[in-house]
Amino acid sequence: AMETDLNSQDRKDLDKFIKFFALKTVQVIVQARLGEKICTRSSSSPTGSDWFNLAIKDIPEVTHEAKKALAGQLPAVGRSMCVEISLKTSEGDSMELEIWCLEMNEKCDKEIKVSYTVYNRLSLLLKSLLAITRVTPAYRLSRKQGHEYVILYRIYFGEVQLNGLGEGFQTVRVGTVGTPVGTITLSCAYRINLAFMSTRQFERTPPIMGIIIDHFVDRPYPSSSPMHPCNYRTTGEDTGVTYPSVEDSQEVCTTSFSTSPPSQCVFTVTKAHFQTPTPVVTDTLRVPMAGLAFSHQLSSSRLSYQPAALGVESADLAYPVVFAAGLNATHPHQLMVPGKEGGVPLAPSQPAHGAQADQERLATCSPSDGARCAATPSSSEDTETVSNSSEGRASPHDVLETIFVRKVGAFVNKPINQVTLTSLDIPFAMFAPKNLELEDADPMVNPPDSPETGSPLQGSLHSEGSSRGSSGNTHDDFVMIDFKPAFSKDDILPMDLGTFYREFQNPPQLSSLSIDIGAQSMAEDLDSLPEKLAVHEKNVREFDAFVETLQ
Amino acid sequence: MNCRSEVLEVSVEGRQVEEALLAVLHTVLLHRSTGKFHYKKEGTYSIGTVGTQDVDCDFIDFTYVRVSSDELDRALRKVVGEFQDALRSSGGDGLGQMSLEFYQKKKSRWPFSDECIPWEVWTVKVHVVALATEQERQICREKVGEKLCEKIINIVEVMNRHEYLPKMPTQSEVDNVFDTGLRDVQPYLYKISFQITDALGTSVTTTMRRLIKDTLAL
Repeated sequence: AMETDLNSQDRKDLDKFIKFFALKTVQVIVQARLGEKICTRSSSSPTGSDWFNLAIKDIPEVTHEAKKALAGQLPAVGRSMCVEISLKTSEGDSMELEIWCLEMNEKCDKEIKVSYTVYNRLSLLLKSLLAITRVTPAYRLSRKQGHEYVILYRIYFGEVQLNGLGEGFQTVRVGTVGTPVGTITLSCAYRINLAFMSTRQFERTPPIMGIIIDHFVDRPYPSSSPMHPCNYRTTGEDTGVTYPSVEDSQEVCTTSFSTSPPSQCVFTVTKAHFQTPTPVVTDTLRVPMAGLAFSHQLSSSRLSYQPAALGVESADLAYPVVFAAGLNATHPHQLMVPGKEGGVPLAPSQPAHGAQADQERLATCSPSDGARCAATPSSSEDTETVSNSSEGRASPHDVLETIFVRKVGAFVNKPINQVTLTSLDIPFAMFAPKNLELEDADPMVNPPDSPETGSPLQGSLHSEGSSRGSSGNTHDDFVMIDFKPAFSKDDILPMDLGTFYREFQNPPQLSSLSIDIGAQSMAEDLDSLPEKLAVHEKNVREFDAFVETLQ
Repeated sequence: MNCRSEVLEVSVEGRQVEEALLAVLHTVLLHRSTGKFHYKKEGTYSIGTVGTQDVDCDFIDFTYVRVSSDELDRALRKVVGEFQDALRSSGGDGLGQMSLEFYQKKKSRWPFSDECIPWEVWTVKVHVVALATEQERQICREKVGEKLCEKIINIVEVMNRHEYLPKMPTQSEVDNVFDTGLRDVQPYLYKISFQITDALGTSVTTTMRRLIKDTLAL
C-alpha cells in the first residue's frame, strides 16, 4: 500500500538507485581493504557512467560476487546486504573483523524527491563510506597485509550475523537516507578485541605427507558463500569493462577460500592471469593445520615465487612461500613454541619453498629441547615432505604445536628465553595488545636516582650510564606486531634497515660507561696524577731539549 | 535560518599540526563538494564526476580521503601553512584555532554590498604539545591517529543529519552558492580563517583573517 504513492517511473528509478548503491558500497568497502591507497580522477565533464557522480572503480569480480549474493533482490526489511571482512593468518586461523551492513527499515519519507534528493543523499552517503572505511581498525591491518596474514571479504544477503565479532564489538553508523519505500541505513560493526579466540576450538590434524591437489573440486560446503581475498586485482575482464589498472602490474593470483569447519581447512587456489578469462578454475589444496607455517601468499605483489613447490607443474599458480610465521627470515628471534613442559623451547620455522628457501635459517634452538629442533631448511627441490625434516621428529603428533611469533619490541633488553609467555596458545597471539608498561616504570622517562657523587665528572658519567642500566627489565610484555622503520623498503632483502635495527638494537653496555668501573678508573687517574707529575718534573731537562729540537 | 556550528579539538605535536588540519578540512570538503555543474538549455544541469584519493600522513598513523583536486589541496595547504607559521612565531601557549565557514551570497541592490550568510561553520581548535622522548612521539603518532578517527566519525555524523543545505541554484545563481572557480570540483562557497589564542580562547595577536575566496565585496 505504501508504494502506490510513488509513480512507476520514480519507483523504477529508486530501485535502480538502490541496486547500484549497493554495488558501489561493496566496491568501496572491498577496495578499502585491498591494502593499497586508492586514487581516482575527477572529471569535470560527466561521463554518464559514474554513478552518484563519484569516480568509484568497478572491480569485475567484486561486482560479480555482489550480484550473486543479491540474486536480483534489493535490500529490504529483514533482508540486508552484508559485507564481512575477515583476517586469515598464515597458519589458517581466521577471524572476523568487520561486518558492513546495508539495511532497509520501514520508516518511509513520502515527500522526498527520488531523482534528486535521494540520489544526492546516496552520493553523500558513499562519500561518508569512503571516509569511514579508512578509520576503522581493520583499515590499518589491511594496509599491512601480505606477509603474516591476508584480508578476505564475503558478501551475503539476508540476516545480519554479528556473533563472529567477539565480545564488546563496536558499531559505527555511516549514514541513512530516507526514501519513499523505507530508510536505507549503512553501518559497520567491528571487532575491537583482537586477541579473541574463536569459540570453535581449533582442532589439530596430523600433517599430511605430500599435498593433495584436486582440480575442479566442487566446494564441499555449498551453504556458505566463499571468502575472497581483498588483494585481488585483475585487469580487463572479458565483460568489456576496462579501467586503468590500479597499481603496478602484478602477477595475479586469486584465491577463493571456502569457509572451513574446524576439522579441515580447504584452500582453493584459483588460477588467474592477465590473459585468462574469468577465473573459474579452482585447485584445491589441502593443507595440514598447525605445525606448518605453510600457507598461501595471496598477493604476489612484492614477492615473486617460483611455482616449483609441491610438484605442481602449472606455472601460473603463484605459490605460497613459507612463513616462518611470516617474519623476516633472517631474524633469529622469531619463533617460540610452548613445549609440553610449559617451558619455552624454540622450534624451527618450517621448510621454505620457493624464492626464500635459501635464506631461511632456523631460529636458534635452546639446548634443553633437543627433540624439537630441525637444523636444516629444506631446499626447494624437497617439495614432497612438508613436515619438519629433522630426525628428531618421532611422530606427526609432535608437530601439533602452536607456532607463532613473538617479536621483541624496541627497548627490550631481555633475551627471549627469559620472557614469560603466558597465554601462548591463542592463535592470534601476535595481535595481543601491547602491554606497555606504565611510564613510571620506564627508566627512560624516570631514570633511577643517582647516588651521592663526589666530582661533577662522576655525576655526569652516572647519568649517562643509568639510561642504559636497567632498561628492558620492565618491558617483558612489550610485543611489537610489526616494525617498519621509516623510509626503509620492504623486507625483501636479507639485510635491510629493519633487520639491521632489530639485530643491533640491544648492544651491550660499554664498560667504561658503567658507574663503578667508570668512577673507579677516574678516581685512579686522579690519584695517580701527582706521581706522574713528579716523574715528569724529574725529566724536565729532557723535555726541554726535545722542545728545542722542534724549534 | 541559523548557522550550524561544529567545534573539534585536537592536541598534537608541532609537526602534526598540518596533517591533522588537512585531514579534517579535506574530510569536510569531501562532503561539501560536488562535480562541476554543466547547465543545459532547458534549465537542467548535469554534474561532473568527483574522484577521490587516499592520503597517508607522515607524522600520524592515519590515512584520510580527499577529493581529487590539486587546486583545492594547494589552497588548503597554503592556509594551513600560514597557520602553522603563526603558531610558531606567536610564542604563546601553542593554542590556536582555524575556522572553515560555508556561506551563501545574497545579492543586494546598489549601493549595498552583497551579504555573506554563513550556513555552516567548522572550527578546529589546535593545542600544540611538546614531547621529549622518541617513545612519547611514537605513542603520540598512534594516539593522534586514533583521535583523528574519532573526529572523522563525528564529522560524518553531522553530515548525515541532512540539515540545511542551500538550494540547488539556477545558472544565474550558481556563483552565490558554489565556488565555480576550480577546474575539477565544485565546493560550496567557503572561507577559512584562523586565530592564535591564549588559554582563554581570546585572540592575543592580531587576528589574521585569511580569505581564500573573494568574500567581502566592497
